[in-house]
Formats: sequence, structure tokens, C-alpha cells
Amino acid sequence: MARATAPARKALTTAIAGTLAFVMFFPILWIVVLSFKSEVDAIRAPLQVLSSGWTLDSYGAVQERSDYFKHFWNSVIISLGSTFLGLLVAIPAAWAMAFVPGKQTRNVLMWMLSTKMLPPVGVLVPIYLLFINFGLLDTRIGLVVVLMLINLPIIIWMLYTYFREIPGEILEAARMDGASLREEVLYVLTPMALPGIASTILLNVILAWNEAFWTLNLTASRAAPLTAFIASYSSPEGLFYAKLSAASVMAIAPILIMGWFSQKQLVRGLTFGAVK
Amino acid sequence: MRLRNATVAATAIALVTGGSAVAEDLTIATVNNSDMIIMQKLSPQWEEATGHTLNWVVLEENVLRQRVTTDIATKGGSFDIVTIGAYEAPIWGKQGWLNALDDLGDAYDYADIFEPVRNGLSADGTLYAVPFYAESSFTFYRTDLFEKAGLEKPAEQITYDQFAEMVAQLHDPENGVYGTCQRGKAGWGENMAFVGPMVNAFGGRWFDMEWNPTIDSPEWKAAITYYVDLMNNYGPPGASSNGHNENRALFADGKCATWVDATSAAGYIFNPNESSVADKTDFFQAPKQVTDKGTGWFWAWALAVPSSSTKVDAAKEFLAWATSKDYVTLVGESEGWVAAPPGTRKSTYENAAYVEAAPFAKTVETSILAANPADPTKDPVPYTGIQFVAIPEFQGIGNYVGQQIAAALAGQQSVDQALANSQTFAVREMTKAGYIK
Repeated sequence: MARATAPARKALTTAIAGTLAFVMFFPILWIVVLSFKSEVDAIRAPLQVLSSGWTLDSYGAVQERSDYFKHFWNSVIISLGSTFLGLLVAIPAAWAMAFVPGKQTRNVLMWMLSTKMLPPVGVLVPIYLLFINFGLLDTRIGLVVVLMLINLPIIIWMLYTYFREIPGEILEAARMDGASLREEVLYVLTPMALPGIASTILLNVILAWNEAFWTLNLTASRAAPLTAFIASYSSPEGLFYAKLSAASVMAIAPILIMGWFSQKQLVRGLTFGAVK
Repeated sequence: MRLRNATVAATAIALVTGGSAVAEDLTIATVNNSDMIIMQKLSPQWEEATGHTLNWVVLEENVLRQRVTTDIATKGGSFDIVTIGAYEAPIWGKQGWLNALDDLGDAYDYADIFEPVRNGLSADGTLYAVPFYAESSFTFYRTDLFEKAGLEKPAEQITYDQFAEMVAQLHDPENGVYGTCQRGKAGWGENMAFVGPMVNAFGGRWFDMEWNPTIDSPEWKAAITYYVDLMNNYGPPGASSNGHNENRALFADGKCATWVDATSAAGYIFNPNESSVADKTDFFQAPKQVTDKGTGWFWAWALAVPSSSTKVDAAKEFLAWATSKDYVTLVGESEGWVAAPPGTRKSTYENAAYVEAAPFAKTVETSILAANPADPTKDPVPYTGIQFVAIPEFQGIGNYVGQQIAAALAGQQSVDQALANSQTFAVREMTKAGYIK
């Protein structure tokens, strides 16, 4: 009896998981569908949308009006730059907290996390004023620094969790063999934590790529990334659904492809140390 | 010799255009709509003629408003030209955030701009933004459905009661046609743009002469009850999530018999490539009720130069070009006359080519000239603005009231509850801002 129910239950679980996955993926699928429709067809009822003709016009119109590659390169530089700058700060910080914890380590970690609880708009004006004074408005370096600071708590927390899984004795052995602190972190700790570091990089690149509040508020034209590219097709007066969808597909495609190929790594990294 | 000739020619051009001698790199922030896209498309001609370059920042209206406000208030100087509406122009002008634009030269022909438009963009008699296009509101209706129901186009402005009777006869949901489509999506620029003039028509007002909110008055109750009943009985399902765009799509797809909305949407509805009802649509004035004051709204998208810009001369040169009579002609000739920026200049409406291409031209002109933001209500008010109140606090109050009315429309609360909540909120905000002692 048990044998008979197991496959049925498995099929049911698979069906539920498949349905949930489809529901979650549906908005993206619908954006892709609309991006290949004309503006007039894109606003019709769903069944009429599917049965109407397909066209690449929206992609052509978007490319003609906006410089996609300028925005794309800005997104690449800002997301990679902020992630690697974040790692430079976070690896030593996480090392210290994981291997030489002090009395306040736990509190410091919680305090760092608490900065994520503040609504960003609450600090918009002070940060805007700082950007004006340092001449950082509409610069990529300014965004790299801000996004690094915003994602830093997550980077440190993730690395801290991975580092704690690594036995301290191994680092101790390296020290006894005469490794300096730099060598210990670079040649012993980092290679062992590589899966964790890789998934931290992936997650932070995705977070930085999708960040819309700061990238919209601190840029104008020169440093504007793909979030600004999408925003330029949104309008409460006028029909731009097809073009907005095409712009969205062009903006999310690179990160979607990257996520697709690295999903194994991402899942492995995120569940690293989950089972003890 | 050649060098001397070239120098003389360049000097002459600079003197004639009154332009800045140095080629400047200007950043312009604007909204995403058809007229602005045309401006962006044609602007290389201006860049070529003047040597200046333009960097475009195109954002959704609300994002743009927040982005530009932050930048101007902190003197960030990110933008040299900004696109603002009739709501911001007088407020920001008064606050010293914008450069005065009274000096664009005789050739600009200020007298050619419609007076209500000029007044709507001025504060204390000074013009702070120049109009790119302007709109009022009127009623779009389907001529074929009117004919089928034995109705005739009203010769004079009808009342909302007559409008409801008309809509009842046209309502045919079995055949996919709803009697009326009106804005229901919450927001001061969405549902309140329709509700505001309707409240005016019912004799209501936002504030009395002492700035006390009057949202719990019988006039407001009559207007909102009418609105909720009208939409529940004859509107499309889910009306509380329909804004301008959704209704525009529904009307263009033949799903609505009537629609009271922006005159600027006429170009779209009358374009057969984008609308399936282009040859069976006509229009009449937005309805009145106990008064005909403030029954059609007034809105303009305009260009302004923030006081934080360091390239004021070059920015003004662009403004003088993009809002000139010549620009209207340029759009008419290159994009088709129906696409010419409407509602700003008398000369556009005197142009036979435009009047022929745009059958709605005369009605739009009448609606805009009839709109008087300085006298929008039956009883006197201390504010200007028809569908909005030109004070900084209105944005928050308008959004809140919009949410309450949308909730009443969706059946989540009663009209009384919505108005009571709105009144409490408005009183609190106005007290906090110091209007009520």
C-alpha cells in the first residue's frame, strides 16, 4: 500500500511544484509575449493577445530611441564593481567575526543587519547632499560605492556563515607553518570558501543589477543603468506596454541567462551548511 | 579672409539667435509620452543648428516629479531643463526653484499663447514654465451606439443626471459595451483628475476661504455617491484599477460608449492605426450639475529651467525652440498635423492644415479657453486649480482622498466612511502645515 501511494504522492508534489513554478514565472513569460506584439495588440484581452501576430517592432523602436549598450555597460560595471569592492571589505570582516569573535561580534552583526531595515528614502536627502559635495552625482563610481554599502551587510553575513563551517584548526595549522595573515586569508581560507564566495558574488550581482531606488535617484544620463532604461518606457499617459515589455526583456535577459547557467552554484552556495 | 568671413558669420548667427557662444552639454528630464518622444526625435535639428548637445533623462511622471524635486531642493544641478506640470510650475516658481522665462524675445510671441495656459504656468505674474502642450477634459462618445439607442449629440452642456440617463441606455455588457468608463485608479493625477471637476460641478470645493477642508460636505457626498453608483451600474468590472491608460485602451477597443477624459487623448482615439473606433467617435463638453464652473480640467506639460542649472542661456534657447510656433509647424510637417502639440498657441488653431487634420481642434480650444483655474468653483475658494489645488500639501491629500474613493468604488467601505476618513486626514495635514490655526 505504501509503495502504491509513494509515486502518487510524488506526482502530486511534482504537479504542485510545477504549478507554483509556472505561477511565479508567468509574469516574466507574459512580458516576453507582450514584447513581441504591437502596441495595439498588447492591450487586448489575453486570448486575443496570444492569437494576434508577432513582431519585432518594439525591440527596434526601443533600440532606436535609447542607447541600450550604454545602459548595459553601466549595469555591468556598477554591479560587478560594487560586488568586488564589497568582497574586499567583507572577507577580512567576516574572517575576524568567524575566527576571532569578540564579545560584541553578535551585536555588530545584528546592527549591520538592522541597517537593511531602514527605508532607503529616509536617507535619500543626506546621501544626495554628500553626492553633490563630492561631485559623485551621475557617476558610476558613486553608484559602485553606494550599492556596495547597501549590500555589504548581506555579503558579510553570507561569508560569515560560510567561514564558520570551516574548521579553525586548518587556519591554525597554516599559521603554525608560518603563513602570514594575508597568506592565510588568501591561500587557505579563500580557496576553501570558494563555493560560498561564488554564490555571494552571484547573489550580490543580481541584487545590484536589479537595484532601482538608488540607481534612479542618483543618476541622470551618463551613469544610468538598465533600471533607468526600463523606467524611461513607463508612462501613465500613453500606451507603451509592448515597448516597456521589450525594454524589460532586454534588461533582465543578461541576468536571467547568468542565473540560469549558475543556478546549481547558487543553490549549492545558499544551502551550504544548512544541514549539520 | 576665409577665417574672417567664418568669424563674421558665426558672430552674426550668435547675435541673431541671441544664443550663448559656448557649445553646452544640457541634461533634460522629461516624461514618456508621444509628444515628448517626437520632441526627442526632432531635437537633433536644434543641436545641429546651435552646436549644443542634449542628454535625455526620460522617466515615469511620478518618478520624475520625485527625482526633480530632490535635485532642485538640494541644488544638485543635475538637470538644465525639466518637464513639469501645471501643478508644480506656480508652486516651484514661488519657491524660487525656477528661472523666470519672461525674456525669450519678441519672436517668441507670448501673446500667441492661450491666456489660461500662460496664467496656469505663472506665479505672481511671472512666467516660470513655457507650455509644450495643454489639455482640458471632454466627453468622448460612440456615434454608432448613440444612433442605435436613438440618442443625439447634446447641443449644449448636459448635467450629470442627464449623462447618467444617457449612459443607462447605452450600457450593453452582454455585447461587451459598458455605458461609461471613468478613472478609478487611486492617485491625485488619476481618479482625482476626474472626481475633482465632478465635485466642482456638484457645487463642492476642497477648502473654504479659511482653508478648512470641506470633503464631508453634502456636495461631496452627492458627487461621490453619484460616481460610485454610476460606475457600479454602468462601468466595466474592476473599474477601481482603471486609470487613463486602461480606459484609453478600453475605449479604443470599442468597449466603452462614453468616456470623460483628457482632450489630448483625441489624437490617439482618432488615429485608425491605433484605435478601432476612430471613425465612430465624437465628443461633447464634460457634464455640469449645479454649476458649470470648473467642470473641465486644465493641465499643461511645460518646460522649465531650474535655478540650480549653470547653463541657463543655452537651456532657454532650447525652450524657445521647442515651444515656438515654428516647432508646431515642424511637427505638423514632419509627423503629420494631427500630432502637432495641442492646446498652447492660438496660431495652431488658426492653421487650416491642423484644423482639417484634427476634427477635435475646435472643441479642445473651447474647453481650454473655458477652463479658469483662478475661479474653479461655485463658492469662492482661496486656491487656484481645477482638478488640483496649487499648494504643496495637495499631492499628499489628493493621493489619500483618491485611495479612499477608490476603496469606496471597490466596495471596501461606504462613501460616508471614505469622506469622513478623507476629511480627518485633510484637517490633520492642513493643521500640520499651518493653514488652520
